[in-house]
Amino acid sequence: MIEGAKWRTWVYFRIPLFLFLLFLLFPFYWMVITSFRPDGELYRPWNAMNYNPFFTLKPTLDHIRYLFEETLFATWLWNTMIIAAASTAISLFCGVLAGYALSRLNFPFAGSLGTGIFITYLVPQTLLFIPLAEIIRNYKLGDTPWSLILTYPTFLIPFCTWLMMGYFKAVPKELEECARIDGASRWQAMLYIIIPVAIPGILSAGIFAFTLSWNEFIYALVFLSSPEQKTVPVGVTSELIRGDVFFWGPLMAGALLGSIPVALVYSFFVEHYVSGLTGSVKG
Amino acid sequence: MAQVVLKQINKFYDSVHAVKDVNLQIRDKEFVVFVGPSGCGKTTTLRMIAGLEAISSGDISIGGQVVNELAPMDRDIAMVFQNYALYPHMSVFDNMAFGLKMRKFDKSEIVTRVNHAADILGIQELLKRKPRQLSGGQRQRVALGRAIVRHPQVFLFDEPLSNLDAKLRVQMRVELKKLHQRLGTTAVYVTHDQVEAMTLGDRVVVMKDGWVQQVGEPLELYNQPANKFVAGFIGSPAMNFSTVTVTERDGGLTAVNGGMNIVVPPHLVDRLKPHANQQMTLGIRPEDLRVANGSDPAGLSFDSKVEVIEQLGSEILLDVRVGDGTMVASVEPTTRTKIQESLRLAMNPARLHFFDAKTEAAV
Amino acid sequence: MAVEAVSTTLGSAPPPRRQRLLEDERWLAFALLVPTVVLLGMFIAYPFIRGIMLSVTNSRVGVEGEFVGLANYYKVWNDSIFRTAVYNTFFYTAVTSVFKLALGLWLAMLLNRNFRGKAFTRAFILLPFIIPTVLSTFAWKWMFDPTFSVINWTLYQLGAITGRINWLGDPDLAMASIIVVNIWRGVPFFAISLLAGLQTISPELNEAAAIDGAKPWHRFWYITWPLLLPVTMVVLLFSVIQTFADFQIVYVMTGGGPANATHLFATYAYQIGVGTGLLSEGAAISLAMFPILFLVVIVQLLYIRRVEVR
Repeated sequence: MIEGAKWRTWVYFRIPLFLFLLFLLFPFYWMVITSFRPDGELYRPWNAMNYNPFFTLKPTLDHIRYLFEETLFATWLWNTMIIAAASTAISLFCGVLAGYALSRLNFPFAGSLGTGIFITYLVPQTLLFIPLAEIIRNYKLGDTPWSLILTYPTFLIPFCTWLMMGYFKAVPKELEECARIDGASRWQAMLYIIIPVAIPGILSAGIFAFTLSWNEFIYALVFLSSPEQKTVPVGVTSELIRGDVFFWGPLMAGALLGSIPVALVYSFFVEHYVSGLTGSVKG
Repeated sequence: MAQVVLKQINKFYDSVHAVKDVNLQIRDKEFVVFVGPSGCGKTTTLRMIAGLEAISSGDISIGGQVVNELAPMDRDIAMVFQNYALYPHMSVFDNMAFGLKMRKFDKSEIVTRVNHAADILGIQELLKRKPRQLSGGQRQRVALGRAIVRHPQVFLFDEPLSNLDAKLRVQMRVELKKLHQRLGTTAVYVTHDQVEAMTLGDRVVVMKDGWVQQVGEPLELYNQPANKFVAGFIGSPAMNFSTVTVTERDGGLTAVNGGMNIVVPPHLVDRLKPHANQQMTLGIRPEDLRVANGSDPAGLSFDSKVEVIEQLGSEILLDVRVGDGTMVASVEPTTRTKIQESLRLAMNPARLHFFDAKTEAAV
Repeated sequence: MAVEAVSTTLGSAPPPRRQRLLEDERWLAFALLVPTVVLLGMFIAYPFIRGIMLSVTNSRVGVEGEFVGLANYYKVWNDSIFRTAVYNTFFYTAVTSVFKLALGLWLAMLLNRNFRGKAFTRAFILLPFIIPTVLSTFAWKWMFDPTFSVINWTLYQLGAITGRINWLGDPDLAMASIIVVNIWRGVPFFAISLLAGLQTISPELNEAAAIDGAKPWHRFWYITWPLLLPVTMVVLLFSVIQTFADFQIVYVMTGGGPANATHLFATYAYQIGVGTGLLSEGAAISLAMFPILFLVVIVQLLYIRRVEVR
């Protein structure tokens, strides 16, 4: 790197980076502080005197206790976990197989099928949620976890396929040719050689898919109605607001606890997540 | 162990005709080398024998059985790839055992065979390592080991030495030759390196543009090339070519161009007669040229001017200008000459080659 | 030798027929693609057709509708809230995309240096993108709360304002607030993707240009920017599609209010189709996004193809 005077590093690097970090991370700090702040401190008008909002001297677990005792938060966490895990598993299964076929095999219409899957990759959930809700009702899947486990793969599979195609293309084709000469069928060569070699890619796709399904909102909002079926984002939205009254303490505590699992998964696999993210746009 | 027969093999990729009417009988225990420039169809031919490419037309049989429709796994062959294709997630042992496991061999049999092959190749102490912990030469040995544990009917090699450095390549070449002598398995080997082809092959197949140019033992290709391409491709430094006009003079034939006036030696006269008064290509290898002395007849020597001198120790290569063309001569290491100096060179009359200027076929 | 001969013959026994079939590339590809095609067909292609059919009837929740032609589209077209939503969507997409690109690129260039704690910083910066959008948007809503806003408090303490700002109560401020949240959520995605692109540009190029006498701005303009352009385009097109179809931020922040001033396609479709139960009209509204999204996808496909050909 080309270095300059010391004040330049401050003006061109440290201060901007600090401001970016402040902007990007402050809402989370605020979420954490609110979760542990007693109600008495929370609801003081913005221009009240002696009001120091950036920390609290009387932290409380009341909001978290409220979440677990007065709401179905634990159930929502469990539901979200199951749905995210199941839809990720389905999507990985489909995406790995389809990605393999599209990147390694020659067959008629391979090109147009690949383009088709790429287009579905770009279909936003908000385009189809109304007819899809009807279909879910017709299949008698409404208000069950299956309504999400089966529909989340529609935006996860294209992503997984796209990402896996990139990974499979990077595996030398001689590996599988050699395996086939060594006595493996095409299927065995894929199972024993190519898929194990592509495990980092599968992990990336899996992590990314998991966070995507954990974050999904509109399908969960539309397809689920009873409180005990809801996922965290929908549960927090619909059960912690009564009319115009926001229970900010529990709401922020719910947001915080609802974020922790996905943040944990992310923190263990940052590199895989990042390669999934950058792979998702590069392909 | 078996013979391999290629009968009228053709390969089309869409509109590209990659391999054209290849016919070849590879005998049991023979080591056959396909050689040619890149894109000549040699690798495609090998891959068709392996079953990795479908045959557009023709028949391939291995050990008397037509294998056109057989999947690679059912052909009982082993192949060594240019980039070795070692399975990166498996240890050396598992790499070598994979083919046996796929064929459902006994565990004890697998261990015996892998150890035996590791012994032959001297890679016993590497068996637990992963491919990425190996050097290029070691990977090469593992790739070979993976092929020999299988006791296949045929070994296929796709430029296996081209990723090695020059010194290692020579060493592995010798080892491959020894290995083949020891195992006696039929082998088909593809390379673009004519030295490898000449040193390894019992017979060499020269290909160009999908056509087989010539099939023969190494010395046969060197001494009696079928056409100008083979003549130029085999031998290093390459054969010198110059365009000459053949004219009748004094009851004999003379090959003439700007810098040369060569009397055609008697054993070639009959063959060249029909080409009298035509343009032809004269070919002479650098090693068949030498510095002329007083006793050389004028009809077998010519004047040249030295342009570049390459001292190789065992010989000296002279790039010389002859008329309006250039030639390379390999002369005695004791020769003393200078750049821009005139030098009279003599040729070995027994080793002149003439090619039809149009068809390029040897005359 | 005898043992070997026996095992060799055992090994080459013909495999079962199922395996034979999968040895053919076309059959294997077919088998591998079946699960994907079935799922995508059932839950993307079929709903899409179903949505078009729905949008030309007058169905409501629980009521099987009749064919009404383009009446829903006609009605929607003359709906002033829909027109506002269309305008909002374009405005929202354009403004946020420009800011996300500019800030994301800036952040990416900051992160492309070597400094202590770089990996750590990079990991933290992605948080807004990882954390469920609905949940983090609630934090923003709390920060923009009319009475308890920490932003107002800070500005007041700094002496920048004397009266409170009703962030989500005023149509323009509400739109601005939503835009800020979207930029906040999108910048990390841009920054990390563009950072990956920047890292593929060899530093020697910039050093060579510096030796040739190029000023930093020129180095950016003549070297970094053109080399980064392919990645930038793809990231931008992805983001445009996501932003255009955005739902969560507006749903949580304003619910489309105040007075339907901040609706986007998706939130309005939700309000009509789910809120009031006019299924077919809601389907018509969300399908109205399709032509524009389709255009963006076509541009993207053409662009990717062009880059690949090159």
